[in-house]
Amino acid sequence: MVHAFLIHTLRATNAEEGLCRVLYSCFFGAENSPSDPQPRSAERDRLLRKEQMLAVARQVESMYQLQQQACGRHSVDLQPQSSDDPVALHEAPCGAFRLAPGDPFQEPRTVVWLGVLSIGFALVLDTHENLLLVESTLRLLARLLLEHLRLLVPGANLLLRADCIEGILTRFLPHGQLLFLNDQFVQSLEKEFSAAWSH
Amino acid sequence: MLATGTESLLRQAREVGAEELGRLCARVSALLQAEDWGPDTLDALRRLFLIVAATKYSRRLEPACVALLQTALRSPRCPERLQLLCAAVLREMAPSDSLSLSCGQAQSSWQLGLVASVLLAQGDPQQVRTVGQRVIKVLLESRQPEGRSLTHLLPVVSRVASLAPDALPEEQTKALSKRLGDWLRYASVQQGAAHTSGGFFSTPRARQPGPVTEVDGTVATDFFTVLSTGQRFTEDQRLNVQAFSMLRTWLLQAGPAHPSATDADDRSELEGSTVSVLSAASTTSHLLPPAEWLREKALEYCQRLLEQSGRRALRKADSDLQKACLVEAVLLLDLLCRQDPAFLYRVLPCLRALRARLCGDPACARALLPVARFFLRHGEAAAVDADAVYQHLFTRIPSEHFHSPMLAFEFIQFCRDPLLLLGSNLDLLKTSFPNLFKFLAWSSPALTSEFVALLPALVDAETAVEMLHLLLDLPSLTAALDLQLRSSQAVSERPLWDISVRALGCLEALRDPQAQGLFQHLLRAKASGTTERLTPLHQLLQPLASCARVVQCAQAVPTLLRAFFAAVTQFADGALASRLALLLLERSDALFQVEGYEADVHRVLSSQFPALCKLHPPLVVEQAKELVEFVGSLGGPSGTGYMLTSVVWAVGEYLSVSWDRRCTAEQINRFFEALEALLFEVTQSRPSAALPKCPPQVITVLMTTLTKLASRSQDLIPRVSLLLSKMRTLAQSPAAGPMHSEGDLGAVRTRATELLNLLKMPSVAQFVLTPSVEVSQPRYHRDSNTALPLALDMVSRLLEREASLLPG
Repeated sequence: MVHAFLIHTLRATNAEEGLCRVLYSCFFGAENSPSDPQPRSAERDRLLRKEQMLAVARQVESMYQLQQQACGRHSVDLQPQSSDDPVALHEAPCGAFRLAPGDPFQEPRTVVWLGVLSIGFALVLDTHENLLLVESTLRLLARLLLEHLRLLVPGANLLLRADCIEGILTRFLPHGQLLFLNDQFVQSLEKEFSAAWSH
Repeated sequence: MLATGTESLLRQAREVGAEELGRLCARVSALLQAEDWGPDTLDALRRLFLIVAATKYSRRLEPACVALLQTALRSPRCPERLQLLCAAVLREMAPSDSLSLSCGQAQSSWQLGLVASVLLAQGDPQQVRTVGQRVIKVLLESRQPEGRSLTHLLPVVSRVASLAPDALPEEQTKALSKRLGDWLRYASVQQGAAHTSGGFFSTPRARQPGPVTEVDGTVATDFFTVLSTGQRFTEDQRLNVQAFSMLRTWLLQAGPAHPSATDADDRSELEGSTVSVLSAASTTSHLLPPAEWLREKALEYCQRLLEQSGRRALRKADSDLQKACLVEAVLLLDLLCRQDPAFLYRVLPCLRALRARLCGDPACARALLPVARFFLRHGEAAAVDADAVYQHLFTRIPSEHFHSPMLAFEFIQFCRDPLLLLGSNLDLLKTSFPNLFKFLAWSSPALTSEFVALLPALVDAETAVEMLHLLLDLPSLTAALDLQLRSSQAVSERPLWDISVRALGCLEALRDPQAQGLFQHLLRAKASGTTERLTPLHQLLQPLASCARVVQCAQAVPTLLRAFFAAVTQFADGALASRLALLLLERSDALFQVEGYEADVHRVLSSQFPALCKLHPPLVVEQAKELVEFVGSLGGPSGTGYMLTSVVWAVGEYLSVSWDRRCTAEQINRFFEALEALLFEVTQSRPSAALPKCPPQVITVLMTTLTKLASRSQDLIPRVSLLLSKMRTLAQSPAAGPMHSEGDLGAVRTRATELLNLLKMPSVAQFVLTPSVEVSQPRYHRDSNTALPLALDMVSRLLEREASLLPG
C-alpha cells in the first residue's frame, strides 16, 4: 500500500544554499495502531506526519547527492533545460531504500524516489510491494507534473498549483492505489484531465 | 531558478499571521457563499491551501469558512478543480474536530470519493469503518452506469481493506468478490465508442469502434486485461484495470482468506497427488461460492497476463508495464497457491515455462526474483526448477546487473527473506557472497544497513577468513567494477562509470596476465577457498582511489567490519580466532590506499584484536613468533599506532602461564627484548617530517607491558626498573618539550612512577599485573584477603613508611 507521496526540493550538493523543503505531501496511510495506549491529540498527529515527511525528504536528498557524486556528476554539469527539450526521465536518477521501524515510521517502510533537476518525487510504501510498478508510476507522475505544471520554465512554481497536482493524483494514483496503466490508457486519462482543466 | 522563488514563497506563507489568515478566510467564505466559481475563488483557495500546508503546526481556520468548504464539496455545480482544493484544505487540517461531513451527504460517486478521502484522513478507526461500509454498500447497489461512477469508489474500498481489514461486513465482501471476478473476466473486448457530440457538424456515420488490441498491435485473442489497448476505454474496462490493481490487497486482507472447511482435510492429500480433483470442473461453473469464483478468475487472468507479457510491445512504456504485470501475476499466483494448494498443479507448468524464458533474457532480471520466491515457498513440488533458478540468480545476475540500484535493492530484500535463510539453499547463498558484495561495493550508501542485517546469516566458519579479506578489499572491488565497466561497455551507451575520473593507464596495465589473474580473482562469483595477495592490483587501481564511489564504499567498511566481527565471535572456535587475528596483523598495512581508509580500518581492527584474544587467550602463545615479528618489523608506529597499541596490550594481558600452560620463560624473554628495542627506538629517534611523533599511548602501553612481563619472569625486573627510570627522566627533560605536550609528558611520568613503585614489591606486582582468571568474579573483590584495592592500599602505605625510614 502506498502511504505517502511527496514532492520536495533537491540540492545537488550539501554546499548549496538553502534547506530541503517539502513542497507538497499527500498522506494515504494511518500511523494509528489500535493498540496504542496513549490518547493521541490531533495536533500531535499532524505534527508527527509533517516531520515524518521532512525526514523522508532529507533522506532522499542525501541518497540523491551520494548517487550523483558516485556517478561523477557534479552540480556544474547540470544545466537547466529549456522547456522544449523532452526531459529524459528514463535516465533521471532513481533509487530505493528501506526505513527501519521507528525511524521515522512505526513500521518498516520502503521509499522509492526519483530526482529530476532540483525536484525530488518520492513514494513511501509498505515493504514487499511490486517495485517495478511503483517505479513506473513514479516516472509517470513526474512526467505529468513536469509537463502540466510546466516546471521547467524559469519562474514556474508548484506551490500555488495544488489543484493541478490533486487533479493528476486523483486520476493516476486514486486514494493511493497504484494502477496498471498501459500507454493508451494513460493517454486517454490525460486527455480527460486536460479537458477538465481547460474549462 | 526554481529554488529561490520557492523558498521566499514558503517563508511568506509561514509568516502569515492570524489576522491576515482571518481576512483570507473571510474572503473565501464570501466567494463560496456567493457560489462564485470563477478564477478569484481558485486563486484564493490555492493561497489558503498553501498557508495551511506550509506549517508544521496546524492553523486555525474560521468555523464558517470550514463549513462552507464542506458545503462546496457537496454542491453539484462547483467545478472539479475547486472541489479538489476544498477537499485538500480539509485534509491538510486533519485530524480536526470541527468536521461535520458524512458520507450520506454526497450526491454522486465522485463526491462520495472526495468526502471519503477527507474522512479517511482523520485517522479515526471508527470513521474508517463507517466510510468503508457506506462506500461498499453504494458500490454494490449502484445500478446506473453514469460516467465513471464505480471507478471512483473501488480505490476507497481497497484502501479501507488495507487500513482496517475487518471493517467490511462479510456479506458485502462476498458480493464484491463476485463482482470483482466478473469485472476481471468479462469486460468488453470492443473499444469504447467515441463521444459523438451530435448537432450540425457531426459525421453522419460514426465509425464503429474495433476490437481491443494486444500491446504488439495484433487483435486481442482472448478476454480484456490491463495489457489490452485501444483508442478509448469503456466503463467496465476501466473497472477491469482497477480490479486487477487492487486484487492482491483484496485477496490478502478482506477477500476470501481460507478455503472452505472441507478442503482442509483434502489439502494434504492433494499436495501429494498428481491429479487435481477440483480444478478441471470449475472453470465454467457459476455455482462456485464467491471466494472460489474470484480465485478462479484471478488464476485465469494471471495465466493470460503471463502469455501477454511475452509479446513484443510496440511502445517502451508498454514493455515496462509488461514486466510489472509479470511480477504482479507471479505474486498473485503465489498468493493463490498459498490460499488454495489445489491450484499448484495448474500453476506449475506456466511457471516452469516462465522460468526458462526469463533465465534467457537479461532485461528481465528483476522479474526473476518473484519467481524464485514462488519456488522457495512451494518448493517441494518443484525441487529441480528451484535449484536452476537459484543457480542463475546467484551466479549470473549480480555479475551482470550490479550497477542497477533498483535491482540491487530488490535482490538484497530477497536475500533477507526468512524462507531463504532457513531453507536448504542457505549454503548456496553463503558461498555466493563475493557476488553479493558487488551490489554492496557499487551502491554502499543505500545497501549498508541491509547488509549489516544480512551478514550474520552469511558468515560461516568455512568462509569467514575469505570474507574478511574481501570486506577489507571492498573499496578495491568498487574500483575493479568501475574498471570492468569501462572496458566492457559499448561506446554508444550512457556511461555507468565515474565520468569525472579518467583511467586510461589502468586499462592498459590490465593486459598483464598476472594482473588479469588477480583482477578475475577479485571479481569472482563464488567463494574460492583461497586467498591471493592483491597488493599489485591495489597499485594498478590507485588512480581510481579518488572516485567518489570508492570513497563512499571505504566509509561504509568500518560499519560492516563491526557487524562481521559481532557475528563471527558468536561461533568462532580457537583455530578460527587464531587465523582471524593473524589476518588482522597481515592486512593492517596491505590496504587499498583511499583517503582516511587505513586510519578508520585500523581503529576498528585494533578493538577487534583484543576481542579475539579474549575469545581464545592461548592464541597469543600460539602465534608468538608472528607477533614478535609484527612488533619488530614496525620500526616505530606509522600513522596513529592503533594496531601496535592493541597488539602490545594483548601480549601484556595474555602472555602468561595462567592463560596457556605452554608459555615459557624463553618466550617471555623474547617478547621482552623485542618490546624493549621498540621502546628505545620510538623514544630515541627524533620526530621528523618522515617519522610522525609517537603517541603517548604507545609509550605507556609499552612500559606497562614490559612491566607485566617482568612481573612474570622476575629476573627481568632490574632491566625494566632501569628502563622506567630512564623514561621518567626523559619525560622530565627539556629536550622532549617541543615534541610532546605537557599533558602527554605528565602521563608518561606518572605511569613510569606507578610502575616503578609496583616493581619494588615483586610479589605484589605479580598479583596486580597478572591477576588470575577469577578476577572477574565479585567474590574476588569482597574477600579481604584477595581484594585488589586493599592490597594496593597496603602497598602504598608500606612504601611510604619505607621512604620515611630512608635518609634524605
